[in-house]
Amino acid sequence: MAACSSTTSSSSSSSAGASGAGASTGDITCVDGAIQASGSSAQANAITDWVNAYQTACPGSTIDYQPVGSGAGVQAFISKQVSFAGTDSAVKDADLAKAAAVCANGGAGINIPLVGGAIAVAYNLDGVDGLVLNSETVAGIFANTITKWNDPAIVATNPNATLPDATIAQFHRSDSSGTTDNFTSYLTATAPTTWTYGSGKDWMAPGGQGSKGSDQVIASVSQTPSSIGYVELSYVLDATGAKAAAIDNGGGAVEATSENAATTIAAATVTGTGDDLTLKIDYTTKEPGAYPIVLVTYEFTCQSGLAADKNPALVQAFLGYGASDAGQANLVSTGYVPITGDLMTKVRAAIASIQTA
Amino acid sequence: MSTAVKERQAGGGAPQIGGASIHPADRNFRWLVIAAGVTVLVIMAAIAVFLVVKSIPAITTNSTSMWATEQWAPDSDPPSWGIAVLIFGTLWTAVIAMIIAMPIGVGTALFISFYASPRLSTALGFVVDLLAAVPSIIFGLWGLYFFMPQIVPLSQWLATYFGWIPIFENSQDLYTKSILIAGLVLAIMVLPTVSAISREVFLQVPKGHVESSLALGATRWEMIRMAVLPFSRGGVVSAAMLGLGRALGETIAVALILSAVFEINWQITEPGGNSIAANIALKWGEAGINGRSALIATGLVLFAITLAVNMTARWIVDRRKEFSGAN
Amino acid sequence: MSLDTVVNNASGGGPGPSGRRPAGDEGKRGPSRLSARVLPPWAAAAAGSAGLGLGLASWASGITVIGLAPAVIAALSFFTIYTIWTLSVEGRRHAVDRLATALIYAAAVAALVPLVWILVTVLLRGLSVMSWSFLTETMRNVDPRKAGGGVFHAVIGTLEQVGIAALISVPIGVLTAIYLVEYGKGRLAKSINFFVDVMTGIPSIVAGMFIFTFWILTLGFPTSGFAGALALSILMIPVVVRSSEEMLRIVPNELREGALALGVPKYTVIARIVVPTAISGLLTGVMLAVARVTGETAPLLLTTFLAQDTNWNPFSDPQASLPTFIWDQISRGTEPALNRAWGGALVLITIVLIFYAGARLLAVRYAPKSR
Repeated sequence: MAACSSTTSSSSSSSAGASGAGASTGDITCVDGAIQASGSSAQANAITDWVNAYQTACPGSTIDYQPVGSGAGVQAFISKQVSFAGTDSAVKDADLAKAAAVCANGGAGINIPLVGGAIAVAYNLDGVDGLVLNSETVAGIFANTITKWNDPAIVATNPNATLPDATIAQFHRSDSSGTTDNFTSYLTATAPTTWTYGSGKDWMAPGGQGSKGSDQVIASVSQTPSSIGYVELSYVLDATGAKAAAIDNGGGAVEATSENAATTIAAATVTGTGDDLTLKIDYTTKEPGAYPIVLVTYEFTCQSGLAADKNPALVQAFLGYGASDAGQANLVSTGYVPITGDLMTKVRAAIASIQTA
Repeated sequence: MSTAVKERQAGGGAPQIGGASIHPADRNFRWLVIAAGVTVLVIMAAIAVFLVVKSIPAITTNSTSMWATEQWAPDSDPPSWGIAVLIFGTLWTAVIAMIIAMPIGVGTALFISFYASPRLSTALGFVVDLLAAVPSIIFGLWGLYFFMPQIVPLSQWLATYFGWIPIFENSQDLYTKSILIAGLVLAIMVLPTVSAISREVFLQVPKGHVESSLALGATRWEMIRMAVLPFSRGGVVSAAMLGLGRALGETIAVALILSAVFEINWQITEPGGNSIAANIALKWGEAGINGRSALIATGLVLFAITLAVNMTARWIVDRRKEFSGAN
Repeated sequence: MSLDTVVNNASGGGPGPSGRRPAGDEGKRGPSRLSARVLPPWAAAAAGSAGLGLGLASWASGITVIGLAPAVIAALSFFTIYTIWTLSVEGRRHAVDRLATALIYAAAVAALVPLVWILVTVLLRGLSVMSWSFLTETMRNVDPRKAGGGVFHAVIGTLEQVGIAALISVPIGVLTAIYLVEYGKGRLAKSINFFVDVMTGIPSIVAGMFIFTFWILTLGFPTSGFAGALALSILMIPVVVRSSEEMLRIVPNELREGALALGVPKYTVIARIVVPTAISGLLTGVMLAVARVTGETAPLLLTTFLAQDTNWNPFSDPQASLPTFIWDQISRGTEPALNRAWGGALVLITIVLIFYAGARLLAVRYAPKSR
């Protein structure tokens, strides 16, 4: 069954120089119209970059992404207000049933992972560069069982650094967040005896201080000496005064970079059925050069049966640009993590399968 | 004749004319204003009904006690959430805010009304009123990055020299993002309200009382104590209640400043708890269906608390009704 | 005769004209005599210098009292010395008066310091990003982490949302106030009175939640500027009702009675006489309500979301507004974005100032001319 895609004009690569994000526009298929989307704020900056590039290349298109939170985004999709939702955790169970009801003629709702991210453990410690932590020490610090920098466990992974006898000021998220969800999933999977607080969008462990949003966590860490926190990688790269710690996943210390995180994401297993690409990430990976603390944001939409006024053609074109080489290269330059390898092939296939007629 | 008399004595303070010919346009106008009033009733009823209906799912599926649990996990399986920490945080920050805002707000109003020259008082009044326009997110940012670093030494001083008083004790050696700081910022936010209303009330004090007390040889403070404060007690309480209402419902500034630790903590200098409104702001975007329902339930409780506060204020003010300024 | 002169002459307090004791009063103390002793006019300065000296001594020597900073020691010493001095020279009543005066001045300063601090912060940080392009551009196609872009879309959104909210709340509010003042009697008036009180206390986020669940979820209307305006009206109506009520009550009854005695129908009395007389106060009340809601963030986050481009249509699609613009920029996490947030705050406060000024002008223009 051929997908009815209604391409109205092909890409204008001549406008490459004028694109707001500096990305090449050779992979853009322009579809006129306007779509609304909402959801995860973790991918807000990545989506904004794509939107700007797409809108610059295709002046007749408008994509309006509202970073109001994954829950609100899925709710908006269920209420038929948006064309796709961005969510940090795949839509499943009851929500999936409700969301699929939005897709006419028994169409399926599919999760398409498009934006990867690395969760950096950002620290601010005078005189210490290149801090190396492993899952046990990270869990200990955030569970408040390790309270000083010169704790033997931290010294063990940093034999060449002079760690002071200072209290660690630990910052976590005060608001619900997909970053917390993935971070605590990592801790639960890799250090279950030290981290006994389970995983979820809300911070459950005692101690430390909560800040609202990754922006406030990184600001707190940057401005508080002897502090540590977890944030999306792009926030650390933008900040002065905080650095990302390297994580020893059991196969050696791994720097927090897009490439290293991409290795882990590419190795994720698909647990969804059909074209639904819900992923199960292996946080316990010991592969050298695989940064283990990663997250993936899914775009959720109807594979078929999306209402015509939601402009499925533009959805497909926009997501297609995001999945293209140009779009994914843009992710790297802004501190996000690309989807690579076999997984990316499946992602592109899923996007191509979106019915636009 | 008797109809006219009865109508005249009836409420509203404005004279009425009863009897034979009522202009048809009068009747229409009357229905118009009644409709406006009824609209208020309808809106309130709609709010009450909707919030109750939408919070029932979360309340009935809560696997633990809504009032006692010190945890927030309404979207987990099974759902478990409790409002105790939130109510405590809401009230504790508001109390601290009012303890600071009332003396300073009333003092400022007294200064503007009785101590400052006319031009100074106009200028001051204007500046204080302008603060009501500053969005609360700016208060939050300013409070977090400019104000908090200056208050940390104060917190340390309190904990060091007054730590023997339980609420000032600090066992964590951490002084940032505390209830004290949130309370102080709330006090600054509430200050314009308290000050503006108190000023209005002081304006209503009959000049005769003020001048005769001074003529009899009272000092300025004695004049205030004997002529102004007794007269304005009701109005000042009303100002306090309005300020308290704002402090209870303040959302964004508290969400930015407080550390959102989900436990009841009386120590005001330690990183602090959470308030109902701040919790809603922090959790709404990522909440699932049951989570949203639970948040709406907390909103209802907050509404009930502010309702109680307003009713108390109205009751106190009504007891002093004979001092209304007209005529 | 100014209040100051009355006070000084009556109580003999303050730096009065005579610094000397009247002859024959050597050795006498006591406050309640017309020729009481007064502090010399240089007393305040002397006490101040003494306090300053003690503060400097504390700072230089490093000796502190329960860890108080030298500045605090200086201030406290000034208060103590001044009060005790007054106590011994002028007596208890005047000492209490001076202490109260000092505390009230301190309260005013304590109120002013943070308020001016905030205003100056917003001004300085906002000015750093202010420019013609900041006011006329939007965030469409602008990398939110870098400099550039502007608040135009947010300004349009705020103006439309607050405008619609005012269009809804002012008629309802003023008419309800008219009902309560001119017609109110019986149970209906009592319950409306009560529920206006209840409405004053609605937390702003609850108003947002209500519109979200009722207007957007249940009735199925889209996220829009209008939904935000509805949430804002819920917050505005009670303020308009209460302040209009006050203003209408202040109108002297003689005006009403005179008109009614001349046979003017009631609705004309209200519309042509009562309301115009109170117009200045009514406008001020409306302005207070507008100022209150212009800066509200929480209800808008739930109902209008966060647009990056200008949306002229308030009835469909997310629309930007200044408070949500500030929120969005802060969350992007970089210095240029934060500067834009301060710029947005400065624009917001300026708009409210313009509203205030406009209301004052209208009030002066339309107030009935007094003889």
